[in-house]
Amino acid sequence: MIEPLLFVLLLALAVAILKLKDLFAIAMLSGAFSLVSAGLFTLMDAVDVAFTEAAVGAGFTTVLFLGTLAVTANTERQQPFRLGPLLVVLVVGAVLIWAGLDAPLYGDPTAPVHTHLGAEFIGRAPSEIDMPNIVTAVLASYRGYDTMGETAVIFTAGVGVMLLLGGRKGRDLDEEDQD
Amino acid sequence: MLSAAMVGVVVTMMLALVRATAGPTVFDRVLAVNMIGTKTILLICIGGFAAGRPDFVDLALVYGLVNFTGMVALVKFCRFGNLASDQPEEAGAQEVL
Repeated sequence: MIEPLLFVLLLALAVAILKLKDLFAIAMLSGAFSLVSAGLFTLMDAVDVAFTEAAVGAGFTTVLFLGTLAVTANTERQQPFRLGPLLVVLVVGAVLIWAGLDAPLYGDPTAPVHTHLGAEFIGRAPSEIDMPNIVTAVLASYRGYDTMGETAVIFTAGVGVMLLLGGRKGRDLDEEDQD
Repeated sequence: MLSAAMVGVVVTMMLALVRATAGPTVFDRVLAVNMIGTKTILLICIGGFAAGRPDFVDLALVYGLVNFTGMVALVKFCRFGNLASDQPEEAGAQEVL
């Protein structure tokens, strides 16, 4: 019932982001956009998706944008109007909307996700795994090895980025200490 | 009652968005965006109680932490001009303000 109003708010945020030229304000507003969409996901009962959106979109990406702003310019340059990118965006948008038409309606009980394995997991999880949240049961137990592999990949990526970005600064500090 | 509260919160968010877009100084924008985040948290709380699921308050707390992280980064950028040091950069800090 509140969802349409929130979609209007998201649209207003997106238009504001498009219209503004101050990149600092845009970084802040994109964080707000992510947090509002995370709230929308929560109200639509997709708590796990909402958590990812809030952590990545509102927390991490804002910090990343600001870190980029610190080493680049603060205002957007006025670009001349170009027809090619506009056409690409319009075509991709039309394809996405066309693909979205095939998706089942929100809350449709006959959607494919509810008619195949979903019902079986809902039936089996409470007795097989003593966990109140079925999504957590699937993530941590039924596909536990997959989740462990994912975590290893993300950990490796994080260590790689830390070595790339933080390694040089550490050496500089060591050299200063020796001087 | 709770529905009216939710509509009121969303209207407040819209007003804060107007301030964030128009805001002449950077402080107006930081305050307005922080307010949008706080109202999102409030909205999740009210939505949880309206749906009869008070455990949404726990989720709202985590969103509060995430919002706070973003805000700390924002004000640090405002004050120092970058995120890495605790010393203000002469050029950067002036440029943002």
